[in-house]
Amino acid sequence: MAATVSHRRSRAGSGRLIGRPVGAVPTALLLIGAIYCLFPVVWVLIAATKSPGELFSTATLSFGTGFLDNVAELFAYRDGVFWLWAGNTLLYAGGGALLSTAVSAVSGYALAKYRFRGRDAIFNLLIGGILVPAVVLAIPQYLLFSKIGLADSYWAVLLPQILHPYSIYLARIYAAAAIPDSLLEAGRIDGAGEWRLMSRVAMPLMVPGMVTIFLFQFVAIWNNFLLPFIMLGDDGKFPLTVGLYTLLAAGANQPALYNLILTGAFLSIVPLIALFLTMQRYWRTDLSSGAVK
Amino acid sequence: MKRSGRGPWPYLFLTPAMVLFTLFLAVPIGYTVYLATRRTKVSGLGLGKGARREVFVGFDNFAAALADTELWRGWLRVLGYGALVLVVMLGLALLFALLLDSARVRLARFSRIAIFLPYAVPGVAATLLWGFLYLPSLSPIRDVLDVDFLGATTVTYSMANVAVWGGVGFNMLVLYTTLRAIPRDLYEAARLDGASELQIALRVKIPILAPAIVLTTVFSIIATIQVFTEPTTLRPLTNTISSTWSPLMKVYRDAFVTGDLYSAAATSIVIAAISLVLSFGFLRVVRHHAFREG
Repeated sequence: MAATVSHRRSRAGSGRLIGRPVGAVPTALLLIGAIYCLFPVVWVLIAATKSPGELFSTATLSFGTGFLDNVAELFAYRDGVFWLWAGNTLLYAGGGALLSTAVSAVSGYALAKYRFRGRDAIFNLLIGGILVPAVVLAIPQYLLFSKIGLADSYWAVLLPQILHPYSIYLARIYAAAAIPDSLLEAGRIDGAGEWRLMSRVAMPLMVPGMVTIFLFQFVAIWNNFLLPFIMLGDDGKFPLTVGLYTLLAAGANQPALYNLILTGAFLSIVPLIALFLTMQRYWRTDLSSGAVK
Repeated sequence: MKRSGRGPWPYLFLTPAMVLFTLFLAVPIGYTVYLATRRTKVSGLGLGKGARREVFVGFDNFAAALADTELWRGWLRVLGYGALVLVVMLGLALLFALLLDSARVRLARFSRIAIFLPYAVPGVAATLLWGFLYLPSLSPIRDVLDVDFLGATTVTYSMANVAVWGGVGFNMLVLYTTLRAIPRDLYEAARLDGASELQIALRVKIPILAPAIVLTTVFSIIATIQVFTEPTTLRPLTNTISSTWSPLMKVYRDAFVTGDLYSAAATSIVIAAISLVLSFGFLRVVRHHAFREG
């Protein structure tokens, strides 16, 4: 997205900027917004470097000397349970987003490129899922998983997050724009089967859109709290969100534990921010142009 | 688009989605409705086999949910909180999107990335960061501003701030992406007619953005009504948030602390119904308004 936008802007803007000065007020307003949004992240980055003594005594924006000690202490906390939470989160978010992207892409392709009986009904049914609040689902999902003895298992967190109606909607739009009918027709004339067309022709063309869907799903699962909070009892299976919550619940009244909590919070947002900054061009909410440039 | 005649293939391609839909959406919804209409009946002393039976009670659980004063207080709290979040978050998102699109700002790329950044911070971590920033012993804000952020009335604003902070960037991106898709010639025509940037924003851009604004509002209403993560995470830091602060927290407590699954199921259906009514009500009002204007 960033590339497309800056490209368009520079082309369209070069002629127009003459005689239209940069607005000081709009720039200032946006910078205030940027500072507001960066402030807590910068604050926790600095707070995570402070030793327990420095946290309450030194100036807010001065770095401390205890970062490595904090990290070491966090990893020693309850035999390294923080590592486990990080690994679990990666498993839930990575595995879940991968499966979700595959299901969404194949569904979106079928809905965009075939005309068949019941197509609109199936699409409306799947999309209707967007309107169902998670609260109506989480508790019965828990009860149903307990009935088959799978509550408090990895499956209980992984499986319910694979179906994502909005991703199917995005995949359908993307497939319609990115896969030319003529290409499928040519493949059929050459004698390719429908499975082959899907796996060898359609899916490769959908990869850029799939990256976007994967990223949004990855973040959604990484950030989810309610589902794992309800499903899991064994803290060895917790993702970072639930782990951080238990850390906070245990340490809120013990200022000596604040360093641990803040370092944990900092480390749990670093991977996502890194992913976010490196994958800039794929963060787009509109896939109808058919290509991520 | 191809004619039919590809045999079972489109259905096969849709099978995984439909199986997941059935198992994790349709069946749980059906089960919730089933539970919501039932209750355990105890006969005699409640001892021995068969003394506790699950019976059909119709709308009794819903009646109880509607008569529950604590739940109503929860609704009022969430209504105030939600109105605040919706107006401020979407207002700021719209403002930032329009400013970014006006082509008259410096450091636009930096600002856009910075404002979108909180999207990458999980709700639990966001609440935790702000929660510590609200604590008197740690807060740099408290050095400047002498306000008790976690007091009985201020805590709602403090929580709304966390939601606004986490949500403004995503909504800004949705609106901004829509704006970028509009052909630039449209603005040139308005400029030639002597329209100012502000007039273009109000008269040209906002009407074009209307569907996107409606969409983000509906999604935000659904999300806000189910608020759970922020109050639950902030609870350890203050005693001003009860365990039933929001309706969803009440559902959680009923289901997993008190063990009253039937009430929990009924209340969760009420929450879903209210969020659907509000979403569709909002859509209706908007459409009505649009028709009158047009």
